[in-house]
Amino acid sequence: MFETFQEMFSYAFLTRAVIVGVLVSLCSSLLGVVLVLKRYSMIGDGLSHVGFGSLAVAAALNIAPLTVSVPVVVFAAFLLLRVSENSKIKGDAFVALISTSAMAAGVLVISITTGMNTDVCNYMFGSILAMTKADVYLSVTLSICVLVLFVLFYNKIFAVTFDETFAKASGVKTGALNALIAALTAITVVLGMRMMGALLISSLIIFPSLTSMRVFKSFKSVVISSALISAICFFIGVTGSFLYSTPTGASIVAVNAAVFCIFASISVIKRRFAL
Amino acid sequence: MSTPLIKCKNVSFEYDGNVVLENINFEICEGDYLCIAGSNGSGKSTLIKGLLKLKKPFKGEIAFSDGLSLRDISYLAQKTDAQKDFPASVWEAVSCGALNKKGFNFFFSKTDKQNIENALKRLDVFDLKSKCFRELSGGQQQRVLIARAICSLKKLLILDELSSGLDPNALNNSYSLLKKLNKENGITIVAVSHDVKNCAKAADKILHLANKQLFFGNAQEYLKSDIGKSWTENANV
Ligand SMILES: Nc1ncnc2c1ncn2[C@@H]1O[C@H](COP(=O)(O)OP(=O)(O)O)[C@@H](O)[C@H]1O
Ligand SMILES: [Mg+2]
Repeated sequence: MFETFQEMFSYAFLTRAVIVGVLVSLCSSLLGVVLVLKRYSMIGDGLSHVGFGSLAVAAALNIAPLTVSVPVVVFAAFLLLRVSENSKIKGDAFVALISTSAMAAGVLVISITTGMNTDVCNYMFGSILAMTKADVYLSVTLSICVLVLFVLFYNKIFAVTFDETFAKASGVKTGALNALIAALTAITVVLGMRMMGALLISSLIIFPSLTSMRVFKSFKSVVISSALISAICFFIGVTGSFLYSTPTGASIVAVNAAVFCIFASISVIKRRFAL
Repeated sequence: MSTPLIKCKNVSFEYDGNVVLENINFEICEGDYLCIAGSNGSGKSTLIKGLLKLKKPFKGEIAFSDGLSLRDISYLAQKTDAQKDFPASVWEAVSCGALNKKGFNFFFSKTDKQNIENALKRLDVFDLKSKCFRELSGGQQQRVLIARAICSLKKLLILDELSSGLDPNALNNSYSLLKKLNKENGITIVAVSHDVKNCAKAADKILHLANKQLFFGNAQEYLKSDIGKSWTENANV
């Protein structure tokens, strides 16, 4: 076991990937709790499609992918948030509309320019080899910002999630906070996409919080346990993918799914014994 | 005569073109205990949302006095089922009441925590503080939400349907708590209720709504007026 880790960390690219991965897992799990409880989990999925589109365009134009994707996806996040808050439009359907359009744009750009090469496959299914050194620095900086902001605004984020009306009536700037949550989510989705792929990144957001909610019953315990579960699942997934040469993203999701099943059984057993 | 904290002039509200409240004129003065009464659907909750700037009137004006800001108002909302499957402890639910402070306060101070504890004790839910909010009974949840409003208490307390889910004992305790806050601590109270009879007994002033303003004035006058008589004698309308 120890030798496996020693071998893993002897590869510089893997060490980098693990550092970024753990940070992004933490970000996505924290925001995931909020998004799931606010019924916004669709937004994470929608953003990943927009992210794919923008990455494809960036690749075609030969620009550093993150510098294009981060602003585009942040903008899309504000848009999706506005749409979901507006009760007159069917929010979830509109999210699908925007996200599939962006995805289609990405696919078209790819087919006209580079064609379906490994780069594109990496964006779809994720690869830890895809990250350059510059990517790593940017990813580490951004994810630390996300974590710090989440901790600083923790009380207010809880208030807008639990009861937005009350928060607004107490003078909390709910509009600004929702925008903050959307921006943090967008950054996390883009960072996570490189590793998990556009198709799987939303699982990183949804799984840990749903898993924790099986067993834990206060917001704080759900948040802490989501963060732990997410980081641990990531680590097991990466190690597994290294040992058995499986795709990283899919391996991490598989571990998350297994942990979800364990927690769901725990909750069933707990309920049985309480009866 | 004290100065009005909030003054409503010819205020009207609508939802998608349907007018639900028309030409409301009244004021809330410092130290008042005002009861807003009316049957279901008469527009009470809508008016409260207007006072809290959660909903804009399409006509008229709601003016706050100079010293008053949203942070000075504590609010007990009519229960929604938004919090039905939310993992939150009772302590966490009440802690939202400690957020109505000026400036950047990222974490709760010792005073905030003390405030939260006091509010929990006042509503007799201190023992439940680590329990999961969604697993409480309706009446216990209501008490927790009242505690949250009490925790944020500054000048003005607005309660929408205080009585919902409370057993008679808890209801009596809550009414005496309001009375005490009003008389001893000088807190201005606005209580909304469909239960005109009980609400009118506790308050000093009455605003009676039925999609328009039926009455605004002193409680004694109200009980003597025709409309007051017909509503309070007709038991639970
Ligand atoms: N969000 C809404 N959209 C449309 N109509 C509403 C909405 N909220 C309330 N109404 C309507 O406004 C009227 C007044 O409602 P409300 O203020 O909740 O009454 P009350 O609190 O006195 O029972 C009702 O007829 C209700 O149907
Ligand atoms: Mg109402």
